[in-house]
Amino acid sequence: MSLRSPLGRVLGMGSAKDGTGHWWAQRVTAVALVPLTLWFFFSLLLLPGLDYETVRDWLAQPFSCLLALLSIAVLTYHSYLGTTVIIEDYVHGAPAKVASLMLLRFLYVLFGGAGVLAILRVAFGSSSP
Amino acid sequence: MPQPARPLSPHLLIYRWEIGMATSILHRLTGAALALGIVALCYWLISLAGGAAAYGSAVRVLWSPLGVLFLFVWTFCFFFHLLNGVRHLFWDAGVGFERAQRHMSGWIAVAGALALTLGVWLVIWHGAQA
Repeated sequence: MSLRSPLGRVLGMGSAKDGTGHWWAQRVTAVALVPLTLWFFFSLLLLPGLDYETVRDWLAQPFSCLLALLSIAVLTYHSYLGTTVIIEDYVHGAPAKVASLMLLRFLYVLFGGAGVLAILRVAFGSSSP
Repeated sequence: MPQPARPLSPHLLIYRWEIGMATSILHRLTGAALALGIVALCYWLISLAGGAAAYGSAVRVLWSPLGVLFLFVWTFCFFFHLLNGVRHLFWDAGVGFERAQRHMSGWIAVAGALALTLGVWLVIWHGAQA
């Protein structure tokens, strides 16, 4: 006889309450990051130079801007998923674990948001000369 | 820490190093290092949004000897995590689990990451000379 409730069995979320959601999100972002990060890395490497004007003009193009935004968003999400597992594995005790997981999430939203804002400012040229 | 009476599994260090455990540990290490790389990436992007002067000072920091060392290690972390990540994706699809395949793909990930890192930095060094 199973002690699991009929609802629990139907939802299929298991004892961790989120089923395969974390695992699946990590795989989807991993697949997306293969072309995104390679594009970002080799686009920069193949620019004629890494001086201010060249990089700004490159990032301000709609195509580069879109892919750079996607790269930052998916990169921070994938990195967040990975470092969350590291903290869950090595930080013991509920108070320390909850506090560090919460701090981690705040930092990722902060840096992801800052990166996205920076790209948008380059694309829409709102920086003062 | 009090020593529990029950038997414990041997300490990590007692195991003989082999490619499977090395790539597994390295995957997590490089992932953590790449998380720090996001901070550097955001710093560089924010400086770009801040104008030519801010960008210039950020590039001077990143192009200092310590900055170049960081970027070099970061390049290896990037390529290793990428190649070994693709290896994991193949495993998730149920492909490449045989002993010989596992060992071969592990060495390809390590050697490929080293080769790509050196290749990229040769190109950068060549560009800096010109």
